[in-house]
Amino acid sequence: MAENLDQSFEESSMSNEEKRKINREQRIQIIAFAFMIGITILAFLAVGSEQLPGVFTIPFILFLAFVQLILQLYYFMHLKDKDHGWPNSFMISGLVLAAPMVVSLILLIGIVKY
Amino acid sequence: MVSEATNTLKKSVFWDWMTTVDHKKIAILYLLAGTLFFLKAGLMAVIFRIQLIAPEMEFISGQTFNEFITMHGTLMLFLAVTPIFFAFMNFVVPLQIGARDVAFPFVNALGFWLFFLGGLLLSLSWFFGGAPDAGWTSYVPLASREFGGVGIDFYVLGLQISGFGTLVSGINFIVTIINMRAPGMTMMRLPLFCWTTLLTSILIVFAFTPLAAGLALLMLDRIFDAQFFIPGEGGNVVIWQHIFWIFGHPEVYILVLPAFGMISEVIPAFSKKRLFGYTSMVFAVLIIAFLSFMVWMHHMFTVGIGPIANSIFAISTMTIAVPTGIKIFNWLFTMWGGKLTFNTAMIFAASFVPTFVLGGVTGVMLAMAPVDHLYHDTYFVVAHFHYIIVGGIVLGIFAALFYWYPKMFGHKLNETLGMIMFWLFYIGFHLTFFIQHILGLVGMPRRVYTYLEGQGMDTMNFISTIGAFLMAVAVIILIINIVYSALKSEPVTVDDPWDARTLEWATHTPVPEYNFAQTPQVRSLDPVFYEKIHGNGKMKPAEPLDDIHMPSGSILPFFISLGLFIAGFGFISFHLDLFISPYVLIAIGGIVTFGSMGLRSMQTDHGYHISKETVEEMEKELS
Amino acid sequence: MADTADLSKGLPTNPEKATLEGKNKFLGMFVFLAGEVTMFATFFGTYLGLRDGTAGGPEPADLFQLPLVFIMTMILLTSSLTSVLAVYAMKKNQFQKLKLWMWVTFLLGVSFLSLEIYEFVEYYEHGLGYTSSAFASSFYTLVGLHGAHVLFGLGWILLLLLRYRGTGVTLSNAPKFYAFSLYWHFIDVVWVFIFTVVYLMGIGA
Repeated sequence: MAENLDQSFEESSMSNEEKRKINREQRIQIIAFAFMIGITILAFLAVGSEQLPGVFTIPFILFLAFVQLILQLYYFMHLKDKDHGWPNSFMISGLVLAAPMVVSLILLIGIVKY
Repeated sequence: MVSEATNTLKKSVFWDWMTTVDHKKIAILYLLAGTLFFLKAGLMAVIFRIQLIAPEMEFISGQTFNEFITMHGTLMLFLAVTPIFFAFMNFVVPLQIGARDVAFPFVNALGFWLFFLGGLLLSLSWFFGGAPDAGWTSYVPLASREFGGVGIDFYVLGLQISGFGTLVSGINFIVTIINMRAPGMTMMRLPLFCWTTLLTSILIVFAFTPLAAGLALLMLDRIFDAQFFIPGEGGNVVIWQHIFWIFGHPEVYILVLPAFGMISEVIPAFSKKRLFGYTSMVFAVLIIAFLSFMVWMHHMFTVGIGPIANSIFAISTMTIAVPTGIKIFNWLFTMWGGKLTFNTAMIFAASFVPTFVLGGVTGVMLAMAPVDHLYHDTYFVVAHFHYIIVGGIVLGIFAALFYWYPKMFGHKLNETLGMIMFWLFYIGFHLTFFIQHILGLVGMPRRVYTYLEGQGMDTMNFISTIGAFLMAVAVIILIINIVYSALKSEPVTVDDPWDARTLEWATHTPVPEYNFAQTPQVRSLDPVFYEKIHGNGKMKPAEPLDDIHMPSGSILPFFISLGLFIAGFGFISFHLDLFISPYVLIAIGGIVTFGSMGLRSMQTDHGYHISKETVEEMEKELS
Repeated sequence: MADTADLSKGLPTNPEKATLEGKNKFLGMFVFLAGEVTMFATFFGTYLGLRDGTAGGPEPADLFQLPLVFIMTMILLTSSLTSVLAVYAMKKNQFQKLKLWMWVTFLLGVSFLSLEIYEFVEYYEHGLGYTSSAFASSFYTLVGLHGAHVLFGLGWILLLLLRYRGTGVTLSNAPKFYAFSLYWHFIDVVWVFIFTVVYLMGIGA
């Protein structure tokens, strides 16, 4: 195998079917990117307009951040594809374990008693 | 680029070990380094037990006592037990899953050198103004720049570097177990030691990263005057406790899970029975691993965070008793009705079970938040976690040592000396620590260097110290045993000296550097046992005999770690009066580390091949 | 070995996972990033816990400028897209395109980092030193750590681009470019939370 590792290729082994598929995927990625830009602008507007009350904006922008997290992980990092079972379980474990850490570092530091 | 195996034989012994990326040699490096730290930390324990043998002793000063207890805890957890586990994981896991090596051999070597040089950096503290003295938990404000001495800087940077080594090794084991299994070795056929290694590594990945964050905060606080922990500047000291225990509680399971795995290998082998309830064992480990991240606040019940938070964490802590109980009963049922052989390995493994139950019961007692106010910071806590760590983990390590020794070194350890050692250690252990439960209930606080007479603590402390002496003698007998066996013991020539069950016993003794000439085809749980019953006793190959690809050695892991060692020392030297500026040291260290990393990524090195003929020759010689 | 891919027809469809080594790198990168999640969570928690501890110094709302943060966000999001496009070019064996998109990613990263340095200097001149307050320390630590990740990523891709400037897509460099793109997306995800939690919530609350 080792001798093949540094060899470059004349062409790709993709069939036409696969090429169509990958081009379609690429278009979906660009749409996902446009969507991300959109929700980012929305988040900045929600805060920048100074019209909306804080009770609404903070959950709202956190929700938008979460949507963007999902888009980045599942589209840009391809977690939605097959053969990503282990990466999925690791990333999800990380997020699940991170949640109580963040919450307790904010709430349970002895200022307010719960 | 593709050279012959004979090239490797020309290296000098020293250069070979410095550059090795072979998992079996790295295992032995880990074992040696871990043992050195183990002996050092054990010696400290003996010395401070002498200080406590009688009331108002002046054997060592209070300051030295603080430094010893801090270093004892830190060394034992980070630099003794963890590396000894890594030694067994490195040696056994690739063999048990039927792989030729780990997934990232280079990273494996890097992990060792980072751990070792980080440990050396921590130990340098003795020569530069004293060791860390704020306990292994290094709570602020005691450890902050206002009150902590320069020792804490060594603690922070030494652990940062060695923790980074532990982290990369953890990633390496995860990828190895997931990607490198032999054909037929499904996840539910993995030996339990591999399962616990996998979960320990996952815990390392999720727990050592918060530790790295916490240590970074403490370093920034101490060296660059950041204000995280200074209440007057808006800081908060409870944050350190949270971060430390977010790491610290999983750390307990990082240590105990591999011991569970070792016991689960040794008990079936010497009971001549399949492990009882394999599936429930696997799920119990999974549940324990998950829960270990959800309980950290039980170390902080007395901080005053509030009744609801305390209750939630009390209940989640008690939940851990359920999967642990499942495991205990499974070990008992494995032995039940088995054809038991009580040699040293088995007796260590079997005695693990009742001792660990004692530690678990006191754990549930401590989990009850209201009563914890009584136990907190007394010797009851010390007794509890030593029952887990010595009565659980160390017994597991000794069992594993006697069990895998013939595969690692080619000869068995002496059984008579082993038995003497077992009884001395076991009796000594209970003498030392059982009495400490009562000492704690009487009210003796931990981490205090002496006590007054006439408070009902004199006799119990005396007994405890005598027990510590017995344990020390047991460890000395183990060292004698190792030397004696190396000189006198007959070499093991068979592949499978214990008539055991798992795949590592299908390799030759000593294990050739390519492990398996042909990758084996796994047909069942306990594959070697299956082939003994249903086949001809030999593993069926899954591939034809061919050239074997091996990774080439490299000195770069050592230099990457050396650079971090120098840079770490540079950061510490902001608090030392050295002839050389800290910035120079940091720059040199950075150049060495990042230069080596850059060099590594510029190299084209696909390893080498051992030719088919050489493999055939070596196989003939060994069998 | 198990890593025998069929190479007769040209570059395999998923060159980053065609060899065992590639598969290992792929999984190892994800495991590492999962660990980074909990590390960043710790820094985020610390920042959020200490954000009100301004000790009479400058407060978040006095300092943060939405336009600058918006520009930085756009730059980093775009660089995430360009690295995706680079990976698609790699899969299609278009090496020139791969290099082009990676260079664009690199330049976007450099401009992001320059803006961040400019931002820090600006805050410093407004009286927010690293040791001013717990808020200041935790802010600079969290955002600075992200910046350090960006810097590391830039060094990484620069090395890859220089080393493989004329080789074409091979089975040994495809996993490396792919791992870099995963790392880069992860940095982007972290930034999404930084601009939401640190900047927007700092101004909005």
